[in-house]
Amino acid sequence: MPSLPQGLAAGAARGAGRLSQKLGRGGGTTIPGLLLNRLRPEATAEMALAVPGGVILLSGTNGKTTTARLVRAALDASGTRVVANTAGSNLERGVATALLNAEGAEVALFEVDEAALPGLIAQTRPRIVTLMNLFRDQLDRYGELEHLVDRWRDAVAELDPAATVIYNADDPAVAEIAARHPNSVSYGIEDPRVGRDRLPHAADTTECRHCGASLHYEMVTIAHLGRWSCSECGLARVQPDVRATRVELHGLDGQRLAIATPQGPIELSLRLPGMHNSYNALAATATAVALSLTPETIGPALAKREAAFGRAERTQIDKVKVTTLLAKNPAGANENIRTMLLEDHPLHLLVLLNDRTADGQDISWIWDVDYEMLLDSDQLASLTVSGDRAYDMALRFRYAGFEPDRLSVVPSVPAALNAALQSSSSTGDLYVLPTYTALLEFQAVLADRGLVPSFWEDR
Amino acid sequence: MSIGQPTVRLCHLYPEHLNIYADRGNIAVFQRRLEWRALSLEVVEVGLGDPIPSDCHLYYLGGGQDRDQMLVADDLVQKANPLRHAAHDGAVVLGVCGGYQLLGHCYSGADGRSMPGIGLLDLETTAGSSRLIGDVVLDVTLGGQTRTVVGYENHAGRTHLGGGCTPLGHVRRGHGNNGDDGCEGAVAGRCLGTYLHGPLLPKNPWMADTLLGWALEHAGFGVDLEPLDDGLESAAHGAAATRAGRKR
Repeated sequence: MPSLPQGLAAGAARGAGRLSQKLGRGGGTTIPGLLLNRLRPEATAEMALAVPGGVILLSGTNGKTTTARLVRAALDASGTRVVANTAGSNLERGVATALLNAEGAEVALFEVDEAALPGLIAQTRPRIVTLMNLFRDQLDRYGELEHLVDRWRDAVAELDPAATVIYNADDPAVAEIAARHPNSVSYGIEDPRVGRDRLPHAADTTECRHCGASLHYEMVTIAHLGRWSCSECGLARVQPDVRATRVELHGLDGQRLAIATPQGPIELSLRLPGMHNSYNALAATATAVALSLTPETIGPALAKREAAFGRAERTQIDKVKVTTLLAKNPAGANENIRTMLLEDHPLHLLVLLNDRTADGQDISWIWDVDYEMLLDSDQLASLTVSGDRAYDMALRFRYAGFEPDRLSVVPSVPAALNAALQSSSSTGDLYVLPTYTALLEFQAVLADRGLVPSFWEDR
Repeated sequence: MSIGQPTVRLCHLYPEHLNIYADRGNIAVFQRRLEWRALSLEVVEVGLGDPIPSDCHLYYLGGGQDRDQMLVADDLVQKANPLRHAAHDGAVVLGVCGGYQLLGHCYSGADGRSMPGIGLLDLETTAGSSRLIGDVVLDVTLGGQTRTVVGYENHAGRTHLGGGCTPLGHVRRGHGNNGDDGCEGAVAGRCLGTYLHGPLLPKNPWMADTLLGWALEHAGFGVDLEPLDDGLESAAHGAAATRAGRKR
């Protein structure tokens, strides 16, 4: 099909989005972009070029949605008009859909699926690319981590040399990719008190990128992230430009961070829990610094932000406090568990495992999660498993040593929520760990109870 | 471990490099299914540069990323003799995915490079242009019994068997060794290889018990493995089989 003129293609795509919303087929966050890319393949590149302040792309296995929201908060606070794909529609079509509404925007800010990043770098010619982390995730969909590393490296090599690469210095794979680019800002965690001295089970990328020797870790933060060096060839983590010199984790309530930046220090009270969110705040701060925002703007703006959809989101159901923690790969699930264990009360747990396309159809990843931490802690008061693959989740806990008669297996999500609420009414703290499509299902169950807005209303 | 309690000694080869498809789940199944019967498992971890003991009863090789598998292959071929001797004497060997390929003669990569294997199984693998990915259901015959085995496969390699081994199973759903001949995995004596992960053993406890029975026998313990309550295992097996039968 020949390419349609821009105005015509955009008009048709916008119309399709309104129709989709009217028909109740979703929020219209992907259909317009999908149609637009068909009608006029060059439309994304043209629309991106028309944004006067340029395009910012953020990508990584974990933390994209939260980090994009934090950067958005800082830009909003500075009075910059932003167009963004905040509903988490992070493939080419989601970016195209967002760009359809870019009129009047000074800057475009997109969180991007890690496999879609190379294509979107080529199309949008970004001014800033923020490379957050690469963890083992959805092997059936993304393939091996190493292939993704290779694709990112090739994409970064194609960047305009004047573009800025923001990168996580604590991730050796990401650091190696970014180090080749002439213009970069690094970030990382410096506080030795939050580090561990041993790599967890689900660690990838633990060999030196230059010589293949095993990396030495002075401290480990999450999975293979930390203060690394190679004792063979001397390759080592650089001291980050933006760094957390103090990290105080306050359970699910959040944390306090002391961040050093080239523009001065930031004392940040963050309402987001866990060390994964320390990294998200650092990525957002480094990106905001590269956008010439000041520490005085960044700190208060980030402090106001609440959790994104399903990321440590809290809801009250009768007497029970329900906290939802999206868990879709080993690194993310391990951080959620460690954050829960910072609480000093009994934990009631509802784990929702689906195996649909957006979750990854291969569920072997649950065996790489260290659920054993929960069993070792004595804090686990009740456990309900649910979702399309509830019985696989049950087996994961059975072989971890959890007594099967203490385990409730309830494949239907609404019924599982009722069962879990019943178990937790005595102490009142229920933690829900869903995969991505299970989170959508769970939120629909909550919406039926009139408790949360639908996700495309999230901004 | 109490004195006199029958113990299976398992050699876990390259746990740091070959662990991509949750191989530790298979190890956990061996361990728990022995413990639930008042037996025990002792795990000897062998990494790059470590010698392989010849006195283990069960040897396990998991799957890895291409880069890691390449590192391991060079190390393994140099020190595989104790493993060959143990297998010859009746020890059980299980290779999954990359570990399965390493048990064969060689792996010919897409870039023309060849990776050596240790030839415990008479088979060769060549890289295909696409990956074979998805749910799998097999009919497997082991120890005179035929059962359904479920799992998940994700491999670029196309494996073809020689005359020195037989297929582990026949494919009812999925791709199998090469997507063409309807066969999956390979068996020669007590040496087994398969592409199935998921991991393999939690949803196929019959297979785990068959291998444990052989390992106990090789260890010199005349133990009959008493049946366990496998209600959850059966339900998970059923869910995986149903999933495999449905179009994604």
